Amino acid sequence: MTTLAPATLFRFATAGSVDDGKSTLVGRLLHDSKAILSDQLDQIAHVSRRRGFAHADGIDFALLTDGLRAEREQGITIDVAYRYFATAQRSFVLADCPGHVQYTRNMVTGATTADAVVVLIDGRKGVLEQTRRHLAVTALLRVPHVIVAVNKIDLLDYAEAAYRPVEAQVRAVAGELGLSDVHVLPVSALEGDNVVDRSGRTPWYDGPALVKLLETLPSADELDRDEEPLRLPVQIVLRPQGALSPELVAADPGAVDRLRDYRAAAGRIASGRIRVGDRVQVLPSGIATTVAAVELGGVPLAEAAAPQSVAIRLADDVDVARGSTIVAEGTAPEPAKEISAQLFLLDERPLATGDRVLVKHGTSTVPGIVAEITERRDLDTLAHVPADRLHVNEIGRARIRLAEALPVEPYRVSRESGSFLVIRPADGHTIAAGTVDG
Amino acid sequence: MTLQPLTPAATLERTRLSSLDLLESEAIHIIREVVAEFENPVLLFSGGKDSVVVLHLAAKAFLPGRVPFPVLHVDTGHNFPEVIRFRDETVARLGLTLEVARVQDWIDDGRLAERPDGTRNTLQTLPLLDAIAAGRHDAVFGGARRDEDKARAKERIISLRNEFGQWDPRNQRPELWSLYNGRHAPGEHVRVFPVSNWTELDIWRYIEREGIALPPLYFAHERRVFRRDGMWMAEGPASPPRAGEQVETRLVRYRTVGDMSCTGAVESTAAGVADIVAEVALSTLTERGATRADDRISEAAMEDRKKDGYF
Repeated sequence: MTTLAPATLFRFATAGSVDDGKSTLVGRLLHDSKAILSDQLDQIAHVSRRRGFAHADGIDFALLTDGLRAEREQGITIDVAYRYFATAQRSFVLADCPGHVQYTRNMVTGATTADAVVVLIDGRKGVLEQTRRHLAVTALLRVPHVIVAVNKIDLLDYAEAAYRPVEAQVRAVAGELGLSDVHVLPVSALEGDNVVDRSGRTPWYDGPALVKLLETLPSADELDRDEEPLRLPVQIVLRPQGALSPELVAADPGAVDRLRDYRAAAGRIASGRIRVGDRVQVLPSGIATTVAAVELGGVPLAEAAAPQSVAIRLADDVDVARGSTIVAEGTAPEPAKEISAQLFLLDERPLATGDRVLVKHGTSTVPGIVAEITERRDLDTLAHVPADRLHVNEIGRARIRLAEALPVEPYRVSRESGSFLVIRPADGHTIAAGTVDG
Repeated sequence: MTLQPLTPAATLERTRLSSLDLLESEAIHIIREVVAEFENPVLLFSGGKDSVVVLHLAAKAFLPGRVPFPVLHVDTGHNFPEVIRFRDETVARLGLTLEVARVQDWIDDGRLAERPDGTRNTLQTLPLLDAIAAGRHDAVFGGARRDEDKARAKERIISLRNEFGQWDPRNQRPELWSLYNGRHAPGEHVRVFPVSNWTELDIWRYIEREGIALPPLYFAHERRVFRRDGMWMAEGPASPPRAGEQVETRLVRYRTVGDMSCTGAVESTAAGVADIVAEVALSTLTERGATRADDRISEAAMEDRKKDGYF
């Protein structure tokens, strides 16, 4: 085996307002980590020259991330672009998100799977409504880490006196939103200050550079998810009967008899670990049984942990199907026929009390009715105001009654068991992202 | 739960799963979701390394059972013979059903016309869409990766196509957490990209780790080639040298496998997977930039083809 590759994976999203230099920062990260190869650089340099781009290095980095014709024409980011780079420590998945209000829902797409969000601010402008919106989305989705990069510090003469008030503003907003793990740092994306290395021009800043932060913050997988109680939503039951892999049978003709009654529940472990011999319960019935085998690709394992995709054989012939959840015995959440949750509206049509919806949670999709919309959050003032409907890009709170009970848990406890989609039955569109209260 | 402050060394120590383990787990989850929620999935299988990896992941997702869906190949008629041989061997080994859409059939009955430049890469879209409709496939797995191209960087993992097979990049469905919503109207289908988040290097490291077999032309071999547009093109019936193009024998390998008429080879001495991992890690060119004439046409070549229903 070669040892060229870093061991861990870290996913982060970038968000910022118009003209705060997000594309320059993303370009700088990719460029300085050697993730832009020479043919890509040649191509964007060529286009930059053709368009008369007059930057210090003559390259418009936005051309790298704005991958759609419409984005390049308008000079804005419409949808998330995924980019990949690696340092000696880690492989990174970067979700470059749009800043415009109109496309905030696309930022939600990028942030739901992120270990960290990097919010950019133009240091000369301070916290704008869009900054508050990005931080509110980050708080709603409980992204584990928040980094606020106060950009264009070069245009503020690297002055601590200019930076500190912006930092204080950020910390005040973060406090109001209940964000805990917030890192604020001064950067110049254009000049590279505090991006890869600590800058000598900001001696008053004693924290790490951006890349160092990204390399050292623990990813969601490293945050003790496997110490939490087992939750394994069953995706599909494997019951090959006659249809065994011919390759397997060729190598092991005895498999035909041995695997005649093979039956395993397949899924990805949402939290916790699972070992052979563990006592578990299968929801919704709650019947208890013992783990007979844990397998990955047909190979038996002694144990597995979140977020591995596995197949589980159970000692007893209990009822298990798509939509079942395997949990550690004695830890089963109370199945709920009504959920209280925060919603982020993603669709142009408003959502109102009385609307019929589908709720997709784990591997279950069940009908629901919006029993009540209780409030909406004003993103200018961050105040909770009464409301009976939610519009696109708004965050609010609702109660939803369900046709069948679901084993939901507070989103605070589990990003997997506490999240759901709201789907419009008529056209199948995803109209809201939901996070369970509690 | 209290967290210790983490140093880089401590972070590594606490890691239970490698980045390849995480990518594999994500891909298997996606494949199982689609098989559970769709009626009639199919996997686009060209014998190229990315589709070979997706097939390997599908096999792993359902072992000890067989892969529960057929594979579809859009055959331009300009394929490398060793790739077609590899395709057929793989299909036989795994007991798969192979559906083939031959571009030649569409040309013969007039639904398509040969292009003046002879390339058939862009002609694949119509046979692909017709084959999806004829097979009543509602989900189509592909091996596309987001790091290949800036239009692909914008693609969802499960991506809706309308009844004309078109992608609407300005109005994509939000994709939240790992809760995939594949609902669609009759006649529409979804494209599914389980290795969206893999890089070329991840693919090769995974091929090395899992011992996955590939067509021989990925490895260094001697071949009769000629220089065109800065690439080494193989001499063959679909790609004859033009006047002034000198055919010579070189030690080459292919970084991507596509239509012979538009896929170039790179000079390489990488004889095994480990050599290729080392070569890719140090490469200064993207695989498409190095080997695909079709993507050099314009800034938006891939976006335009994808909008029309291309892979």
